[in-house]
Amino acid sequence: MVSNRHSSVDLSQTFDVLVVGGGNAALCAAITAREAGGAVLMLESAPKEFRGGNSRHTRNLRYLHKRENNYLTGPYLEDEFWADLLQVTEGQTNEYLARFTIRQSNDIGLWMAHHGCVFQPALRGTLHLARTNAFFLGGGKGLINAYYATASKLRVDVLYDAKVLDLEIHQGTFESASLLIGNEPHKVRAKSVVVASGGFQANLDWLKVYWGAAADNFIIRGTPYNKGRVLSVLLDKGAKPVGDSRQCHAVAVDARAPKFDGGIVTRLDCIPFGVVVNKHAERFHDEGEDFWPKRYAIWGRLVAQQPGEIAYSIIDSKSIDLFMPSVFPPVRADSIGEMGTKFGLDPSNLEKTVAAFNSSVRCGTFDSTVMDDCRTEGLVPPKSHWARPLDTPPFYGYPLRPGITFTYLGVMINEEARVIMQDGVPASNIFAAGEVISGNILGKGYLAGFGMTIGTVFGRIAGREATRHAVG
Amino acid sequence: MPSAETLREVERVMVICNACRYCEGFCAVFPAMELRRTFSDQDLRYLANLCHDCRGCYYACPYAPPHEFSVNVPKALGELRVEDYRECSWPGTLAHLFPRNGVAVALITTVSVTVVLLLTLWGNGPSVFFGIHIGVNAFYRVIPYPTMVLSISALALLVLVAVLKGVGNLCRQTDSTVRELTDPHANIRAIGDVLRLRYLDGGGHGCNYPDDRFSMIRRWYHHLVFYGFMLCLAATSVAMIYEHLLHWSAPYPYLSLPVVLGTVGGTALLIGTVGLLYLKLRMDRAPATSKARGMDIAFILVLFLTSLTGLILLALRTTPAMGTLLALHIGIVVGLFITMPYGKFIHSVHRYVALVRSALDQSRTKQ
Repeated sequence: MVSNRHSSVDLSQTFDVLVVGGGNAALCAAITAREAGGAVLMLESAPKEFRGGNSRHTRNLRYLHKRENNYLTGPYLEDEFWADLLQVTEGQTNEYLARFTIRQSNDIGLWMAHHGCVFQPALRGTLHLARTNAFFLGGGKGLINAYYATASKLRVDVLYDAKVLDLEIHQGTFESASLLIGNEPHKVRAKSVVVASGGFQANLDWLKVYWGAAADNFIIRGTPYNKGRVLSVLLDKGAKPVGDSRQCHAVAVDARAPKFDGGIVTRLDCIPFGVVVNKHAERFHDEGEDFWPKRYAIWGRLVAQQPGEIAYSIIDSKSIDLFMPSVFPPVRADSIGEMGTKFGLDPSNLEKTVAAFNSSVRCGTFDSTVMDDCRTEGLVPPKSHWARPLDTPPFYGYPLRPGITFTYLGVMINEEARVIMQDGVPASNIFAAGEVISGNILGKGYLAGFGMTIGTVFGRIAGREATRHAVG
Repeated sequence: MPSAETLREVERVMVICNACRYCEGFCAVFPAMELRRTFSDQDLRYLANLCHDCRGCYYACPYAPPHEFSVNVPKALGELRVEDYRECSWPGTLAHLFPRNGVAVALITTVSVTVVLLLTLWGNGPSVFFGIHIGVNAFYRVIPYPTMVLSISALALLVLVAVLKGVGNLCRQTDSTVRELTDPHANIRAIGDVLRLRYLDGGGHGCNYPDDRFSMIRRWYHHLVFYGFMLCLAATSVAMIYEHLLHWSAPYPYLSLPVVLGTVGGTALLIGTVGLLYLKLRMDRAPATSKARGMDIAFILVLFLTSLTGLILLALRTTPAMGTLLALHIGIVVGLFITMPYGKFIHSVHRYVALVRSALDQSRTKQ
């Protein structure tokens, strides 16, 4: 019998299903497995206060629906969904699994609501997603709280502060897991295991393997508990990897954000309204390429590729009210040169860059709500829309860093959420869901609310299949 | 002005919330917040008064303590509310009743009960005070009619003046105008919000009392207190009409309108206050400010005692205990009246003003 602050569980029994993780995918798996009749133990590595992995920071979920409902303003069908995914991934996806995911997400909001999720109509600021994405009342932590309450009602055993260190796997068959509860080592046996423990983005040493010292300048937007321990165990023990080790969901966040767990409030939506320069005070990408919701997810990578992994977004007072406020106040300056000094950039270089930008602007009618005709001429790189000269002090600036949401390197699965081993054979009793398998579908790029779709769809499948294996 | 420390904490929290906005479905605070990019002290006080302490935002917050951002909206706004009540109170010297409000309300009520008891006993002598009085004017043989009516009316008038002066202070200090507050559409909307307790439904599933689960229980208890209180007021008003216009004197029969209204209202008040007290004592303290605890509990207890003594008086009005019970009941009512402008009761006034402003804000943005 093991007890911690919140629960007491008999670890000498052999569970039907062991779920490793404590976020959306893990909860969907645990709830489904328990409803199918399995004895389920869930191991969350975070303390209770920080339970829920990155799902804690989410806000909505994208799902297939044939008609509008109370929370979604119109239909969203497979072909459009697939086209959206194809566009952001630029074809780097597995069409079979992707379309399977999309189809399995059909009306998944009903299942979610039935298990405690409360949706709300999309309000101000998010209307561009009102047709495709359903919003959780109070955001992802509200959803997670509801799922934990449902799991508790179903008598799913949950242990917090429970870090899985190793899985005993013999010839593709899982037997037991070694874990630390607090600082105490334990072993737990189960007939099948569902790994839903996220990516490895909070493991800076692992990030450095692929990014080198640059990773020191990355900000991890979500939970500090996603160290990728179980992902690494699975890969060591013969699971077939999937996804590019350098690919991840990354946005540009305020450089002043905390290293971990800053969540949504550190994102910056000012980029389309000004210029972005690197530490040499030079521009490096078209700030007005497309609508911001379609472009925000490329800027993390763009900043990561700049020297020192830092950039600066600079706007003037004409634009200060055009975007969502962010958590840190902008740096304010009365001249471009002063802004340069405040950011530690060469003031004269910054003045030159801004002067070149200003003189190349051809602006017809500025309109932030459409792809307007304000653009640069003869400038490299160009700014295609919303280009207005930076000429109205005070000027405002925000320092930018790459903000990593989650990594895409994961384990390969099939449509039963079964982990595929190196020899191409599906493991008999090892399943995976959530971020740890997102690389099967997201080769690159990101579609808002799709991580939760993958987690919910494969969490449920993994829970169902794992129980089927365990109890027959 | 409320203390800089309290205001800056609310501002810090609102800046974080305004960059997140995940909670906009819970209540009126977040939609009002979203209309602003920066927050004046006046804005912060308005937002604090708009908060119904439903706690939905606390349990949903990824930045709640122990996160380093330590966002605790109900607690921060609750602390500002207590200071806001204090700052607006009239006359200003009575603002001192707010910092240790529980003790102040308990003392004032005890003193008023003692004074009324002693005066009644002294004025009547034991034979009348402990005598049995039945029939027309029974109550007035213990407390003479003019004394009762004049003292209670004078007190009610004073309370009304103090509350209205307080509203004046609130408007002056938070930049709202009387013209805004008398906008008919905004008032209709605000009255609807009050009558339904709209923002205790936490976006549809109730608020989080006593723990992190959604429940309508607090809303129902609050409804019982509010409508119970209103029925008791109605009972008193009907009795006044009987007395003055129709010249029917109390005590009234059990099935008369004032007694039925009073009994139903008093019972509702009794259940509602016990329920709210239970939730206050059982609730998770993390999202609550300790500075409001004494004030909240004192007001609930005084309301509870008002209805309890009223109901017992009704039950025992033909026994020798009537004199004591009447004096006790009147004493508590006097205590309730005196402390109304200087305790938890004033939340209803501040909340209503905020709801009117919010209705105006929202109708302006829709235009």
